[in-house]
Amino acid sequence: MTEAAVCPVPHENRTHPLGPPAGFEEAISAGPVRMLWPNRVEAWVVSSYAGVRQVLSDPRFSANKDGQPEMRTEGEQVLGLPEPGNMNVMDGAEHLRLRRPLARAFMVKRLNEMRPRIQEIVDEHLDAMERAGAPADLVSSVCLPVPSLVIAELLGVPPEHQELFQATTREMFGKNGSRAEYEAKAAELGGVLMKVVEEKKASGTTDDLIGLMVNDTDFDMDELLFLAIGLLAAGHETTSNFFGLFTLTLFENPDQLAILKRDPSRADVIVEELMRYTVGRLGGAGLARRATEDVEVDGVTIHAGDWVAVTFHANLDEELCPHAGELDLERRAVSHLGFGFGPHQCLGANLARAELQILLRTLFTRFPDVRPAVPLVEMDFREDMITYGAATIPVVW
Amino acid sequence: MTVRIDQTRCIGSGQCVLAAPDVFDQSDDDGLGLVVVAEPSAELLPGVRDAVDRCPAQVVTLEE
Repeated sequence: MTEAAVCPVPHENRTHPLGPPAGFEEAISAGPVRMLWPNRVEAWVVSSYAGVRQVLSDPRFSANKDGQPEMRTEGEQVLGLPEPGNMNVMDGAEHLRLRRPLARAFMVKRLNEMRPRIQEIVDEHLDAMERAGAPADLVSSVCLPVPSLVIAELLGVPPEHQELFQATTREMFGKNGSRAEYEAKAAELGGVLMKVVEEKKASGTTDDLIGLMVNDTDFDMDELLFLAIGLLAAGHETTSNFFGLFTLTLFENPDQLAILKRDPSRADVIVEELMRYTVGRLGGAGLARRATEDVEVDGVTIHAGDWVAVTFHANLDEELCPHAGELDLERRAVSHLGFGFGPHQCLGANLARAELQILLRTLFTRFPDVRPAVPLVEMDFREDMITYGAATIPVVW
Repeated sequence: MTVRIDQTRCIGSGQCVLAAPDVFDQSDDDGLGLVVVAEPSAELLPGVRDAVDRCPAQVVTLEE
């Protein structure tokens, strides 16, 4: 591809804290379009529902992300490099070898058994928030600690290392991060995890994810540590952000919030619609793949070697559901792309679902009058990470 | 009407279980998808079609 006549990918100045970067929707409206990323790599942006599903599931697109388009304007690639255990950048059998043994830990029935414990953790944090009194910051009281404790428990890691998980995550997902700083934090966390691994070996347990990897897979130590660090980071960062974003979306749409309050037992379907709409509306182009041969997508030929970045703005495609641009909590659950698609679809999706359902149902049942203490546009959002969310959400009740 | 899962490519995401809990399960041994009712009755078919659509690995099929 040549650089001529390629517009930069819009990635800054969101039109609204919960909306796409300015100019993004206009730029992608004509179908697959070539854009230039801030790190000077060019990629096709695919934005239709069918096109995104095709790119993420067609084996002719590789997940190898070495040299991928990125939002960073300086520094070096931190994430997505080929290394032992990094299944996110692997294809085919190599990927399945690491991915499939982890499925047991995230089975629907296993997570259903975990629900009472998740509820307990949520209740403890809401109790503490109530005792401290309004106003409270929902992010530090609930959004951050709850998913962090839940993922630590699922992996079988002592919760006292929370600070270190969060610091490692910041290095891992920082937009202009340094590979050396990330490696230093990962080594520190690796040291903690190595002790955990020894304990699991001694006990022979397969009841938690690290025990399962240690005692019932052929993973070597490097693979195991990389997977454990990645799961800890992804497990608290994403769910934490989305609980905040969902709550803000509901505050903005009181008629929809009324639907949740009227029938909190529908939290499962409601979480699917919130995921579809919130992810779709944020837009932005992210997840990258690279064509290994010429492939036609949405009427254009993507050549072997070309980068493709899919946008989950595709969740607002009318092909997925009618009036897709609107939040409708009475809608039945549709096959949205909020957790991705294809063999790399979010491993923790069912855990995130359980947490988000319990969090939303419990927050609005226990605090029916909970509301933002300041207008949405005055809240701070985290722009320095490749993940996105509110930095604080001041609430009263 | 026969429901199948290609276990060689299944990733054990459990989407089929969420879409049609009466038709699918996950194996306790490896977490991969299992067909519990291979010839589902008409009222179960919408859930099965949903499972075919939602399966991220595209390994659930319904032969009509």
